Amino acid sequence: MKVLEGLDDGPDFLSEEDRGLKAINVDLQSDAALQVDISDALSERDKVKFTVHTKSSLPNFKQNEFSVVRQHEEFIWLHDSFIENEDYAGYIIPPAPPRPDFDASREKLQKLGEGEGSMTKEEFTKMKQELEAEYLAIFKKTVAMHEVFLCRVAAHPILRKDLNFHVFLEYNQDLSVRGKNKKEKLEDFFKNMVKSADGVIVSGVKDVDDFFEHERTFLLEYHNRVKDASAKSDRMTRSHKSAADDYNRIGSSLYALGTQDSTDICKFFLKVSELFDKTRKIEARVSADEDLKLSDLLKYYLRESQAAKDLLYRRSRSLVDYENANKALDKARAKNKDVLQAETSQQLCCQKFEKISESAKQELIDFKTRRVAAFRKNLVELAELELKHAKGNLQLLQNCLAVLNGDT
Amino acid sequence: AEVVLDDDREDLFAEATEEVSLDSPEREPILSSEPSPAVTPVTPTTLIAPRIESKSLSAPVIFDRSREEIEEEANGDVFDIEIGVSDPEKVGDGMNAYMAYRVTTKTSLSMFSKSEFSVKRRFSDFLGLHSKLASKYLHVGYIVPPAPEKSIVGMTKVKVGKEDSSSTEFVEKRRAALERYLQRTVKHPTLLQDPDLRQFLESSELPRAVNTQALSGAGILRMVNKAADAVNKMTIKMNESDAWFEEKQQQFENLDQQLRKLHASVEALVCHRKELSANTAAFAKSAAMLGNSEDHTALSRALSQLAEVEEKIDQLHQEQAFADFYMFSELLSDYIRLIAAVKGVFDHRMKCWQKWEDAQITLLKKRETEAKMMVANKPDKIQQAKNEIREWEAKVQQGERDFEQISKTIRKEVGRFEKERVKDFKTVIIKYLESLVQTQQQLIKYWEAFLPEAKAIA
Repeated sequence: MKVLEGLDDGPDFLSEEDRGLKAINVDLQSDAALQVDISDALSERDKVKFTVHTKSSLPNFKQNEFSVVRQHEEFIWLHDSFIENEDYAGYIIPPAPPRPDFDASREKLQKLGEGEGSMTKEEFTKMKQELEAEYLAIFKKTVAMHEVFLCRVAAHPILRKDLNFHVFLEYNQDLSVRGKNKKEKLEDFFKNMVKSADGVIVSGVKDVDDFFEHERTFLLEYHNRVKDASAKSDRMTRSHKSAADDYNRIGSSLYALGTQDSTDICKFFLKVSELFDKTRKIEARVSADEDLKLSDLLKYYLRESQAAKDLLYRRSRSLVDYENANKALDKARAKNKDVLQAETSQQLCCQKFEKISESAKQELIDFKTRRVAAFRKNLVELAELELKHAKGNLQLLQNCLAVLNGDT
Repeated sequence: AEVVLDDDREDLFAEATEEVSLDSPEREPILSSEPSPAVTPVTPTTLIAPRIESKSLSAPVIFDRSREEIEEEANGDVFDIEIGVSDPEKVGDGMNAYMAYRVTTKTSLSMFSKSEFSVKRRFSDFLGLHSKLASKYLHVGYIVPPAPEKSIVGMTKVKVGKEDSSSTEFVEKRRAALERYLQRTVKHPTLLQDPDLRQFLESSELPRAVNTQALSGAGILRMVNKAADAVNKMTIKMNESDAWFEEKQQQFENLDQQLRKLHASVEALVCHRKELSANTAAFAKSAAMLGNSEDHTALSRALSQLAEVEEKIDQLHQEQAFADFYMFSELLSDYIRLIAAVKGVFDHRMKCWQKWEDAQITLLKKRETEAKMMVANKPDKIQQAKNEIREWEAKVQQGERDFEQISKTIRKEVGRFEKERVKDFKTVIIKYLESLVQTQQQLIKYWEAFLPEAKAIA
């Protein structure tokens, strides 16, 4: 039956989405000039090693196709270099991928190992499979998120030309970017504080431009609501998974009942146990798909909307700088002192502001297009998957009922 | 024949309308004093033709006869009786308030004066009924279905007048439990004959069953007795001559464990399903807000539709949790308590054996005393000893008869119980699976409606 095709016993219930993962949250045109993907990944004790694979016809690279191994810190280094680059102030910097976090999953596997004595061999195997599948799912997600980051960079007309990016892709040695030490993390913390404070001041400045004014209001509200939706979607998905786990235990208990009962209800129990095992797999997939299509989508746009807000902040900042430069120039002219200096400074600020404004406008329009496309794709896929699973579930239940009613 | 039965029953159950007294271990056997035909070990073959023994008027045979008579009378349609418990109504105020339930009986059995009738009963009435039935039938080996559990917390909330969803849920849970309790009780062919049960179902006024309150003196005494019984059980070392009983006890022990485990998992499912429902509702609201702030019109509309779908799905989850609980979870908890009753019946058999054992030991002692008196040549003491010997010989015979009777009854009861159990589980689980089917069908409907909306985003 076509509907039951995907219900294999293996833990890879994300396998069909593997190739599609690249574009889950963004609708990107991959063109021949530069194609980047993560072809492989290895999970070692506390780090993940990604194999970044590039195919390019650009003259900048020595070869047309090559691979390097990168770790999470190197992605962060690349992202931060974009943020710190003044030339990119007018672009939405693709949000950095979140750190791979296997702690929860690892803890669960450890607890399972400790509790091995208290459950039957069958239960233990079942739970182990379940947790391994969970681990694998988290692993695939982190790969996807790192990949999306690279693809966004590769698709961006300006960022794809960045030198650091090329080094990242090509240099086959370790980039020696250590993670930030305590001092640097503290510096970052203060920088962020200053930025938020500044952001508040700067955002108080009313924008002359309607477009940007609208965008600012919109992004503020949107960002908050996406944050809320993302959190609620997460909780919903987790409850779904808990319920699926319960089906697992119910199936095991029914199995035990079926094998121990002395009456003719044994067969009945065994059949229902089988049903719960199968239906549980479907429920787990529903939870996983909701996680992928809904929760991840919302999480991603939470990060992207923050990046867009950051862009607006940079623009407002440059506007304030421009206005300050204007005031300084007026003062200088009035005093007739350092006029040239003030003029140059003012001109620079003006140029910077106009450059940012121009590219920002396009970036924000693109952001909207990308967002709408991504939501459309994901909502359609979500609905299709929910339908597929519900139909599969229904068939399972109806088949089981037919057998049970036939027997009794 | 029925008149004879009635008379006999009144004879035997003269105490039927008395106030419930505590179950004392030395309760007089309700069997007649006539010896049964032959003292043979209890084997299944004696169950085949009970009618042959029916010349004597010993009570257990009456039960058999009555059941068969009823069967003939109703033409095989034995259990044409349906009980409904409905319309919970709060009576009174404050801590003296109670819930009154309507108990409706629909039946074609001729033992009832009408074919459809209803009465108002309160929870303690049900407990009183169970108490009476238990005191009459448990110690002779009948598996009397246990009444629903008391809940001081639950009832206090209702009394105090908390009109929230948790007290409504509590009342509904209790109503359903009371209904199941009565259904099980009337399904028992012997209990159905009981006048107390009939009075409960039929008469408009029922004497208040006292001594059923949890914290009353009687209630506490009951608890103490139960504990004492438990200790006694541990010290009775019975020479089990019949492997069937040992096997069955082990089976019920296993079944009990398995059911408890399953019940715990199902309770977890109910809990998670309720959680899922709440989280889905929260998400729906959040998605609606997101849709509101989305400035792309088509996407905004689609998000609002998504919010609506999730709201409907939340409803589904709630209904499913309801089914999870009332069908699956309650079935399991009912059977866990039923098995406790079954274990109780096995325990009574052990006590019965102990009594027989004790009588034999006492008889031995009396014989020794007689021998001693013979040697010491005390004629009046000898006569006394001879009297006592006769007395205890009778008791030994009675003890043996009782033991065989209870063993026979238990075998029959266990057979009936197992059949009922199988039927019950199959029926309820199938109904439960059908509820799952319904949920999936609804899900399909909702997502099918949403899909074109999602595709319409341009």
